[in-house]
Amino acid sequence: MTPHGPLAEFPRRLADIGVRVEARESPGLAPTQLIVVKATDWSRLGIEARSWGCRWVASWGEEVDAEGGATIRINTCFEHAGAYLVARTAVPRAAPVLASHTTSYPAADRPERHIRDMLGVVFSDHPDARRWTRHQAWSQSEYPLRRDFPAAGSPQARTPADHQYNFLLAQGSGVYEIPVGPVHAGIIEPGHFRFQAVGETVLKLEERLGYTHKGIEKIAEGRDVDGLARLAARVSGDSTVAHAWAACMAMEKAAGLDLPPRAVWLRALMCERERVANHVGDIGAILNDIAFAFGFYQFARLREVWQRASREAFGHRFMMDCIVPGGVAADLDPRFIATMRDEARLLGQQIGKLMAIINDLPSVADRVRGTGVLKPEYAKALGCVGYVGRASGMDFDVRRDAPYPPYDKLTFKVPVHHYGDVNARARMRLEEITASLGLIEALLSGLPPGPVRAAWTHPAAGAEGLGLVEGWRGEILSFVRFGADGRIARFFPRDPSWTTWPALELLIHDNIVPDFPVCNKSVNGSYSGQDL
Amino acid sequence: MLRILGKIQRLGIVTETRPELGEPALTEIGEQLKAHIGERFGGSLAIREVDAGSCNGCELEVQALNNPFYSIERFGVHFVASPRHADMLLVSGPVSRHMETALLRTYDAMPEPRLVIAVGECGACGGEFGISYASCGAVSNVIPVDGVIHGCPPTPLDLLRGILEAIAKRP
Ligand code: SF4
Repeated sequence: MTPHGPLAEFPRRLADIGVRVEARESPGLAPTQLIVVKATDWSRLGIEARSWGCRWVASWGEEVDAEGGATIRINTCFEHAGAYLVARTAVPRAAPVLASHTTSYPAADRPERHIRDMLGVVFSDHPDARRWTRHQAWSQSEYPLRRDFPAAGSPQARTPADHQYNFLLAQGSGVYEIPVGPVHAGIIEPGHFRFQAVGETVLKLEERLGYTHKGIEKIAEGRDVDGLARLAARVSGDSTVAHAWAACMAMEKAAGLDLPPRAVWLRALMCERERVANHVGDIGAILNDIAFAFGFYQFARLREVWQRASREAFGHRFMMDCIVPGGVAADLDPRFIATMRDEARLLGQQIGKLMAIINDLPSVADRVRGTGVLKPEYAKALGCVGYVGRASGMDFDVRRDAPYPPYDKLTFKVPVHHYGDVNARARMRLEEITASLGLIEALLSGLPPGPVRAAWTHPAAGAEGLGLVEGWRGEILSFVRFGADGRIARFFPRDPSWTTWPALELLIHDNIVPDFPVCNKSVNGSYSGQDL
Repeated sequence: MLRILGKIQRLGIVTETRPELGEPALTEIGEQLKAHIGERFGGSLAIREVDAGSCNGCELEVQALNNPFYSIERFGVHFVASPRHADMLLVSGPVSRHMETALLRTYDAMPEPRLVIAVGECGACGGEFGISYASCGAVSNVIPVDGVIHGCPPTPLDLLRGILEAIAKRP
């Protein structure tokens, strides 16, 4: 496939300003373009991509053999008007120094620090020298994603708590600090928040994540395809369908495998069900965080009903491990086509009735309107995706703008808001539920006949693939490279939370401390998905 | 307000009394749980849940115990924010090395006697993540464990049953 759209012109633009660009064929990445540039041009690439209007999507590295010895290859993915481009460069393992893209794109900040912690690449002009993913489980001079680092590592008898991480300090009379976590008060994931406040008002929030780092990228190495699908399904348990789909898509593209149509329709059905379940649950949780118990219990009830139906139809309440390389684990029994359609209609009606009640309550509006505003310019600078981005004017949805089957054959509405407050993010959820319920109807009525799984064939060693899926939190990017014997050499999943956690730090500014839970819930970043 | 009350009245109580999906009655397990809690914990069992590195799947199911179908509080179980108020620790996930000390500190902060349950395949044996440079694997590799609840993730009913077993077998 030849690249099209404005991004197709971008490599020529780079060449015009004297950057040596090599276009490469990579069938597993297509339709994403692949270009290779010299490490010395990396900084200019970032500057040009920004002025071209590209969104910075993700960056990942891997150690590979090259002519001059072991090198570390860095990939950065950009997006523009629904077209994707991967730019690649390499630095010698012995002196891995590269210019940072953070100076052009704030979104690159934590991902580059992650690469530094995991692979030892020094981003020379990175504005923040502090570690990110590394706490105390390995030393400053060890890099878990290098080939000579064993997956078992050499841990101490007991890993100490993280210390000597320099949080930024606000100063002035009456400024005080509130440390929260890693163990939180509720039944939620662990992470640390450092608030600087004056009275009730938040001056600054700084996040310290990485507590659930489980070495996912490292322990993916050497797995077979089924093993990788299972691991991907556990990158973030609430997005198990979407992550498994993205990883399987990457593996299937690397293998050049075509899927039976019924398999992708069933995948989409599960993915939309997952979106609905999470949005329904989150609306309840948002209402809970403004102490509106009625709303919480009503939506918690609807979520439970929905998940039980998923279990009946697919055998698992979250549909975990239902997506497998080559298709889906089991076909859908025809009797569920009618019941699922009825359930979807019923859910729509029930939510409609509840919202008629909730919309009428000034005390709810008072808590969510104008609270936790993420300005559109910040959302753009951080490259926020999903409902967080779309609530702040970032009109992008992989399903519509870079459609993959079966979404290329379906029409649906992608809601967008501009005010960027808790209210807008909650409205986004509601409108996305409506759109998903419509999609579920369409998927059930148009479900093609035929097999649900294609036979797996090992791709050649070195084959790579890129999966891009719109999960319920937004765009998921999944990169896979195969080694010998159909084993995985590299797996990198980019959860959308990488783009929305930094947004939380900005949108909480000037809000009151007691509104933090509702602001946080309206974003609902995944800890596990970003900690890896 | 009238509409809220109207909705509540029309919907009635969804809390379950019937067997679901071929599993033993929730109320049966719940009533046993309540009896044990009455006998051994003065009618109230306080649980502190700690995610020690989970994928968040287990948390969703623990949260579900509070939804109106399970409504675990009616059996005398409530989730507390501080380990100092807790009789029981529910720990999910393989214990990430970055959470090892936080988990130990949480455990140390609990008053004795204390019960610990490892939740999910990860908590029971490390699950898909196992032991690595980043993960200590099973919860029992870090703190003493009194019971495990298998499943990936365990369903809310599995969780209820596991909590019951752990307190019933306690001498
Ligand atoms: S047991 Fe399963 S659901 Fe629970 S934390 Fe582990 S992978 Fe996630």
